[in-house]
Amino acid sequence: MTAGSSRSTAPAGGATPAMQRFLHNLRAVPRQFRASLLRSGAPTTDRSRSSFVFGNLFLHLHAVRVHRWTLRWATTWGLGIMALSAFLLTLITGILLMFYYKPYPAVAYDSIKDIHFVVPTGQFMRNIHRWAAQVMVVAVILHMARVFFTAAYRAPREYNWVIGMALLVVTLGLSFTGYLLPWDQLAYWAITIGANIAQSPREVTDALGLTAFFDPGGLQRFILLGSDDIGEEALIRFYLLHVMILPLALAALVGVHFWRIRKDGGMAKPADADERVGAPDVQTYPVFTEAPTRTYHLAAIVRGRTPAVGRGPERTLPAMPHLFYAELGVFMLTVLVCLVLSLVSDAPLKELANPAVPENPAKAPWYFLGLQELVAYSAFMGGMGIPMIVILGLLLIPYLDRETDGTGDWFGGPGGLSLVLRSVVVGLVAVLAIEAFAIRFGWIREWFPHVPQIVITLVNPGTVLTAIYAAYSVWLVRRYDSTRAGALGLFTCFLCGFLVLTIVGTHFRGPNWDFFWSPSQWPVH
Amino acid sequence: MTTTPSGPAGAARSRLEPEPMPRRDFLGLAALWSAAVALGFALIGSLRLPRAAVVPAPSRKFRITLPETLTAGEPFLPPGRSVAVFRDAAGVYAISRVCTHLGCLVKNEASGFQCPCHGSRFALDGSVTKGPAPKALPWVAVTRVAAGTYMVDESTTVPSGTKEKA
Repeated sequence: MTAGSSRSTAPAGGATPAMQRFLHNLRAVPRQFRASLLRSGAPTTDRSRSSFVFGNLFLHLHAVRVHRWTLRWATTWGLGIMALSAFLLTLITGILLMFYYKPYPAVAYDSIKDIHFVVPTGQFMRNIHRWAAQVMVVAVILHMARVFFTAAYRAPREYNWVIGMALLVVTLGLSFTGYLLPWDQLAYWAITIGANIAQSPREVTDALGLTAFFDPGGLQRFILLGSDDIGEEALIRFYLLHVMILPLALAALVGVHFWRIRKDGGMAKPADADERVGAPDVQTYPVFTEAPTRTYHLAAIVRGRTPAVGRGPERTLPAMPHLFYAELGVFMLTVLVCLVLSLVSDAPLKELANPAVPENPAKAPWYFLGLQELVAYSAFMGGMGIPMIVILGLLLIPYLDRETDGTGDWFGGPGGLSLVLRSVVVGLVAVLAIEAFAIRFGWIREWFPHVPQIVITLVNPGTVLTAIYAAYSVWLVRRYDSTRAGALGLFTCFLCGFLVLTIVGTHFRGPNWDFFWSPSQWPVH
Repeated sequence: MTTTPSGPAGAARSRLEPEPMPRRDFLGLAALWSAAVALGFALIGSLRLPRAAVVPAPSRKFRITLPETLTAGEPFLPPGRSVAVFRDAAGVYAISRVCTHLGCLVKNEASGFQCPCHGSRFALDGSVTKGPAPKALPWVAVTRVAAGTYMVDESTTVPSGTKEKA
């Protein structure tokens, strides 16, 4: 009671102590909010820089300190961050486009036209969305090539390579599902082809006479389209995949992918990386400016070789600011590239989808045209068989190549580059020779019209090329007594084949998928 | 039936190797297996979801009246339909125009059909002459409704060579 009465009889002529405290707290809100946000204060010392990273849900996917080898441009070329940046751009612009896009056949095309001609900045947003998607595909492929050629997939990073393959597939799936949404001629016929590629296992089950009881192809196509035709069900399924299922899958996988980099001991680097980056620059090299207040027994909880165990922090720098500013730079570069491309080139929109008149030629997005080139020989092998062989081969690489020499070095050090260059020659010659032969002389069906389809499915330019590449790779393994040599040759050949087939499909194929030296020679219809 | 160790054997167990707890084991295993079974059933059930009992698709049956001037072996293309209808001395027949390769609509030309997407060519009876198409264009069912009028059902295939008497 006395406490209560003393409160009520506070001195007059000013605020009560409680009110004073309240006002004081009110004035302190911005400062306190900031302190609660950044518990350790501004990142000015090594310790506050560290807690800046591990005290943040998003940043703590990174290591607190990174090796100076990681920060060299030539280690990564920033390609992974570039892919992520492009994904963020498609995410933001995609959400903005969702305000106006209507996933129903009767209005989908009109809503894209509205975005183009009625919505302020709508066309610009769609351009950025499209270009960022393409930059993302390119960055993902180049990133894969970088990881491969620096042998960064090796133990203990095998699993992260597997996650990376899943990311590649999801990225391509996002591009493919986005292609249908405008509901124009290009979209409709590209998806017709895509859905029938999903059905192409029928090519094999038909040849074996199994389709009546066992029809995985028909099932795949039906699940994709939700109907026997491309219509409202197909559009809503592609829309759902494009805006919900695949982005969520991608975000989850990206989280794991980044986190695993840290858990696997940072970027792959050569064993002698410490010597090669040299002595740190006194000016820019922060040392521990305060004694650590706590000691963690890292050795007890971290197994394997990690940069933090058994070595001092001499060759490492705090991720904040060194790594984060580099990443921000790559992000801004990606933004710049996408903006410039969007200002220069508009996303195409053809006439309204017309199921009665096929687009001629009906081309998928450019990064699928290599596959379309193979599909033009055998639907199943080109569209499913060979891609599955390639994905499986890529998945197995880190588990087959258990060597350790040359990890972290481009092409695995001396001798690697010349092997890669020779493989480039082999890869290009093989794919060009087979393409030239098939274009000039045709293939089995033209010579022997009654040959069973299973023969063509098994022996077509795509499978012959795959067999040549595989044989070359096996020869390299024996010749150099090294799995890595075989993997280098195979991967280089795969990139060459992908490149040449994509260029042929994009530039040299015209109406009826006939060969033309230039699109200007296409017949006028 | 596990018997709880008693006496010195039980006392000798270390903290890292506790004595068995059958009741907790049972609860844990029950939770694990009920979760696995529920997940399995939910998965099997939801596998049925993507396939509706009735799917939206336009009717594939339609009636046509062939023009008097149609000559033998000349294809008649009903507008908006993906078949070519022929009439010759033996009767009336229809061939699907959906390419067996990847589903584009083939165009008719002098000696047969050509697919615009990947260059497959077919003879006038539907058989493959060139390109990646794995099999011949299927023939579809034609039934006579009245003199000169026929019902074509695009969804029913019939063996090649099946003709409806005019």
